[in-house]
Amino acid sequence: MSFLELTGIQKSFGPVQVVKDFNMAIEKGEFVSFLGPSGCGKTTILRMVAGFETPSAGTVVINGRNQNELKPNQRNIGMVFQAYALFPNMTVHDNVAFGLKIAGMEKSAIDARVKEMLGLIHLGHLADRFPYQMSGGQQQRVALARALAPKPQVLLLDEPLSALDAKIRVSLREEIRMIQQQLGITTVFVTHDQEEALSISDRIVVMNAGRADQIGSPFDIYNKPATRFVASFVGTLNLIEGTVVDPAANRISIGDQGITLREPLGSVKAGDKVSLALRPEAGSIAEGAKGDTALTGEVVSSNFLGSVIRTRMKVGTAVISFDMFNAPGLNPPAVGDVATLRFTASDLLIIRE
Amino acid sequence: MKTQKIGAWIAVLFGASYFIIPLIATFEFSLRMRRGEYSFDAYRSVFSDIQFRESFSYSIVMAVLTIIFGVLLVVPTAYWVRLRLPSMRPVVEFITLMPLVIPAIVIVFGYLRLYNSSSFIPFTGSARGTDLLLMFSFMTLSLPYMYRSVDTAMRTIDVGTLTEAAQSLGATWPTIMFKCIFPNVMSGVLSGAFITFAIVIGEFTMPSLLNRPAFGPYLQLIGANRAYEPPALAIIAFAITWGCMALLQLVSRFSKSAPSKP
Amino acid sequence: MSAKQAIDLKKTAIDWLGITPFLLFAVMFLIAPTLYLVTGAFVNPAGEFTFENIAGLFTDKILASYWISIKVSLASSIGGALIGFALAWAVVLGGLPSWIRSSLLTFSGVASNFAGVPLAFAFLATLGRTGLVTMILNNWFGINLYATGFNLLSFVGLTLTYMYFQIPLMVLIITPALDGLKKEWREAAEILGATNGQYWTKVALPILFPSILGTTLLLFANAFGAIATAYSLTGSTFNIVPIQLYAQIRGDVLHNPNLGYALALGMIVITGISNLIYIWLRMRAERWQK
Repeated sequence: MSFLELTGIQKSFGPVQVVKDFNMAIEKGEFVSFLGPSGCGKTTILRMVAGFETPSAGTVVINGRNQNELKPNQRNIGMVFQAYALFPNMTVHDNVAFGLKIAGMEKSAIDARVKEMLGLIHLGHLADRFPYQMSGGQQQRVALARALAPKPQVLLLDEPLSALDAKIRVSLREEIRMIQQQLGITTVFVTHDQEEALSISDRIVVMNAGRADQIGSPFDIYNKPATRFVASFVGTLNLIEGTVVDPAANRISIGDQGITLREPLGSVKAGDKVSLALRPEAGSIAEGAKGDTALTGEVVSSNFLGSVIRTRMKVGTAVISFDMFNAPGLNPPAVGDVATLRFTASDLLIIRE
Repeated sequence: MKTQKIGAWIAVLFGASYFIIPLIATFEFSLRMRRGEYSFDAYRSVFSDIQFRESFSYSIVMAVLTIIFGVLLVVPTAYWVRLRLPSMRPVVEFITLMPLVIPAIVIVFGYLRLYNSSSFIPFTGSARGTDLLLMFSFMTLSLPYMYRSVDTAMRTIDVGTLTEAAQSLGATWPTIMFKCIFPNVMSGVLSGAFITFAIVIGEFTMPSLLNRPAFGPYLQLIGANRAYEPPALAIIAFAITWGCMALLQLVSRFSKSAPSKP
Repeated sequence: MSAKQAIDLKKTAIDWLGITPFLLFAVMFLIAPTLYLVTGAFVNPAGEFTFENIAGLFTDKILASYWISIKVSLASSIGGALIGFALAWAVVLGGLPSWIRSSLLTFSGVASNFAGVPLAFAFLATLGRTGLVTMILNNWFGINLYATGFNLLSFVGLTLTYMYFQIPLMVLIITPALDGLKKEWREAAEILGATNGQYWTKVALPILFPSILGTTLLLFANAFGAIATAYSLTGSTFNIVPIQLYAQIRGDVLHNPNLGYALALGMIVITGISNLIYIWLRMRAERWQK
């Protein structure tokens, strides 16, 4: 039995069904991200775990105990909100102490715990500040300390980084991951930022229109997207239309160039269209680049992005972009050049709906 | 959640009855003039009263004058403070709030002593002079509301840029003031004007102590001497206040949906 | 003097010239009259400095009128604040249909300006001896309101009447403050284990406290200076300070003009103190508000 189990969860607001039959089991100490565009139901599921919403159907079980009938204040869950929800009338110390006071802890024990928590987030020196005197990143760290102070059984993070600057976002997400691993706390993290989800999760749930499209490790989600939605939402992707030439031999054509796929095509017949996906970093046009497959085309644009150079190339009617790492002495392709892109056929994914 | 909603309904029902019952009672009372049946006689009596018409039109004229001079005083001041003397803002704001702190009766008491017929500036020496003083006292009363609504409207436009743009096109100060600033703070001016109107029409203390025939003292006089006309007048006064506030809402909604063009 | 200095001086002069009309207005119609009364309170008719006028306030009659004024103002401001807060809470957080909120706010805008003489008429028509409510209670329920000791021309009656404009004023000022309570604060408190009651006592009310108390003080000053309602309700029989002062201005009933100045000074001091407390509270609140 898993630590946090969501079974057959549904939620409707009036006629709108926001969550349609969601199932997931999360292990103790796991860091799981719910990733998806806004309105996909990820926050609603989080709020059902917290108890702010009641599922229309299904159960939330934490550590073997059904939570459905419990109010939020009976669940012993920690939560960090998107907008820094620190209490403005309390100092940092009092904010972190809030849950402990409610629990009826002794003052000396509270002070010790608050000190420990502030040490954890490296803000011990700001204990007497009020929230408005701190930066967004600091406030969000205090919110994390406040949520963790009462030793919750589950930590919920509702887009905690989306209101912050890009740089702080990166450093804070690493800090969150470190603290999570240090405490071994079961964590659910909701985000719409795929980079965030990929970088800190044990597992990712990609959500689309109230359903989980795919649940898997960051590696699997990125490299083996199960649906067209997952493929397009996570990372950049070339979607290439191909025409089946010989189903038995896995031969297809792109424009007037033929290639052989590694993955079996399944029940298709010659002349059918298939959607193929290729990551921009999967191929290379460098001399002597490895790969069992090649496509030749005309370079239509070449953009310098710092560490990488993104080039777009026209093959038949398809435009394929690919990245190459910047290096001194590199001679980037010019518009109008004819280039040959080499890659491994197994990197070419067949997208089935 | 359930008990909360019930509590909310109880509060609203209590509040609604507190607000509405006196209005119903007043209306009912105003219809009682004819014995044994309801009639609008009291209203007929009020409207045919020459004093009603005189005092009411006197107050309307005073209100209009107060609004005009109030706007002419407040708009340039608020503009100038924002443009050239931002350091004076707290002081000016404090002054505009003073009429909320010092009771009206105290202020007018000061006027009576300071500007009596034997003083340097004998405002109260003549009827016209007293009218002028009364207008200034109304301006004082409405200053907090007028200044705040104009200043709020001015906050939404960039006074400095607007002025520089006008100057670079060769506009003179009066042109800047009346062609650029006024049209852009019109919503604030109007909302200040309606509140001023409501205040001036109902004000009793100042015209009463300055002995001018305004609507407020007239109301009080009728109240002391008649039985059925006062509730009729109360209903009329309530309708006037309601009208002012309705216009106010209309203006603020209008200015929100259609921001003035630069 | 260099040319630059001269230009600077000219610029400064123009800067100040711009608000001269306003300053002149403020001095003539706000500051000078007030100062005149304040200084007059410390001067005897012969023009010598004295504390006699202030001392003269401490007679039974004048003290009683201050006391009843303070009582009516306190009662109507606290009552108005409590009921107004309950109403604002009901429409903001009570889960009522939204048309109730907009009607209440519109109505409050009207009712908070519906003070003075007409308000007195309205309450006479409601709770006066032949008022509608008085008669309904008597004819339908057999309750003789006036036999119970109730009198509209009394402390209770005046307080009830004043609350008619105090409640809406509270609603208008406190509704935005209640709107400012973030949903996340409640949820954060809840998920940390707090009950609804603990959320209100430890988070919401401390956050709202400066606004609530500040508005109550504003209502207090509002009621303390009001005269028209009381005057047309009770004539000069009910001796609140503004009526006392009104009578003094009209006919020098205290037989000492300088005692009148002291009376006015007392009013300024009381409304001034309530405003100072308000400012102090605001500053306290600004410790954690931007």
